Amino acid sequence: MARTVTNRQKAVTTVVVWIIALLIFFPILYTIITSFKSETEAIQGFNLIPSGTLESYAEVEAQRGYFRFFLNSVIISVGSTLLALVVAVPAAWSMAFSPTRRTKDVLMWMLSTKMMPAVAVLVPLYLIFARLGLLDNRVAITVMLTLINLPIVVWMLYTYFREIPGEILEASRMDGASLWNEIVYVLTPMAVPGIASTMLLNIILAWNEAFWTIQLTTTNAAPLTVFISSFSSPQGLFWAKLSAASTLAIAPILIMGWFSQRQLVRGLTFGAVK
Amino acid sequence: MATQQTRSLARIMMAPSVIMLFIWMIVPLVATLWLSFQRYNPANPARNGFVGFSNYLLAFNDPAFSQSIINTLILVVSVLLITVIGGIMLAMLLDQPVWGQGIVRILIISPFFVMPPVAALIWKNMIMSPDYGVFASIARSLGFTPIAWLTSYPLFSIIIIVAWQWLPFATLILLTALQSLDGEQKEAAEMDGAGFFSRFWYLVLPHLARAITVVVLIQTIFLLSIYAEIFVTTGGGPGYASVNLPFQIAKSVADVRYGLASAGGILAVIFANIVAVFLMRAVGKNLDR
Repeated sequence: MARTVTNRQKAVTTVVVWIIALLIFFPILYTIITSFKSETEAIQGFNLIPSGTLESYAEVEAQRGYFRFFLNSVIISVGSTLLALVVAVPAAWSMAFSPTRRTKDVLMWMLSTKMMPAVAVLVPLYLIFARLGLLDNRVAITVMLTLINLPIVVWMLYTYFREIPGEILEASRMDGASLWNEIVYVLTPMAVPGIASTMLLNIILAWNEAFWTIQLTTTNAAPLTVFISSFSSPQGLFWAKLSAASTLAIAPILIMGWFSQRQLVRGLTFGAVK
Repeated sequence: MATQQTRSLARIMMAPSVIMLFIWMIVPLVATLWLSFQRYNPANPARNGFVGFSNYLLAFNDPAFSQSIINTLILVVSVLLITVIGGIMLAMLLDQPVWGQGIVRILIISPFFVMPPVAALIWKNMIMSPDYGVFASIARSLGFTPIAWLTSYPLFSIIIIVAWQWLPFATLILLTALQSLDGEQKEAAEMDGAGFFSRFWYLVLPHLARAITVVVLIQTIFLLSIYAEIFVTTGGGPGYASVNLPFQIAKSVADVRYGLASAGGILAVIFANIVAVFLMRAVGKNLDR
């Protein structure tokens, strides 16, 4: 039986919660608002109503070549995610369905590689990248991000696959299904939701990765993280342009994120919180 | 029933992941360890060679490096405290019936999806700027002198920015855990006359223990490698007031001080491992349940 809550109580909590939520969201909201202001408007103090000009968006593309960076972000985040899935699906699969005594150790070892700070391997990797001419190379940074997120991808897939009941496999085998039929008709349909949410989350993580991308790319292969960082040294009036660039950089991921809230909890807690 | 055949198939399926991670992590790590005992400058190879522990001594005697270790610790602990305590309070609030729950959740989770350079630059310019920022506007309208947050309180400002990014994450996970708490248990406790605080202390908090562990573990992984937030705001300054270990190491690489950077990298590994040992144990326990 649900607890009885009076409408008045609900109204009070609603107001409090909405105020907190709007305060937390405010920096994003204000950025979106500022992106529709002109540069002079942007620095005229606190003002929530923009003139609605689109000039900042036009200038971000015209002066700074926004689209190339956007394209790099898409290539790197989607590419590294697909690559990680290709490697991780079989691994997670075998760990979930034919675990050995060492499976848990392997999983913990993978998690521990994630615990190692990235900076610890910066020097040799930077030197190798420089020596082989791989700095600012799209393929190289994509492979790099694949490796960075591989442990999380394996872990997430493992927690999803482990929930697929093994009895169903045995039943289909009893019914005479071949290994191929088993994979195509029984396992794949059950695994797809898990793979899809792993993919979504990993694209978000790769899109927002801002250490290796800043260290290892400069212009040709640079994604949006590097593009936005170039706004850190102010050049004249730039707030409206910064806001427009920021809005464009976060919008696609924000929308993807809203849809993947539930999976986010499962995925990032390695299935420990559902 | 695993046959010999399926077992070897399983090994083959696992091999690529294990080998790739091994090559990516262990090999560079050994290289870092080796480099940390070397003088290595590609521009002046004649002087390259083994130098013992002098890179480590250099790191320890460098005030920026020792400051970076202290700052890393302050940053991680402060953000953990803010996000876990704030997250528990916010999650309990969101667990109440509210009109527009779905939209509220979307608003609160949003900062987590904002890439670090954007988050940091929004705060630096639009919110914390002493000239035209929102805080400055508020301060002026109340008759105060605006504060130059990032130059006067650089580390504190960065803590605020990072906490803003991670509070949503903590809230969402703690809320999910809270929602799995049995409503009947809460009711029973209420009927027995347990007050808010005893209900919180004896019922809610123990229920959240596992989720809190997970939040602390995952956030620590990410907080130990905070980089872009410092890179685009203070650049480690003023002086070296707001450097952390990743920032200091990246800076040493940019300054072509590879030996020093490698020693710093090894220190970072030791640092992270001390934290990891405790946390992995906690998560490992949770896995068995």
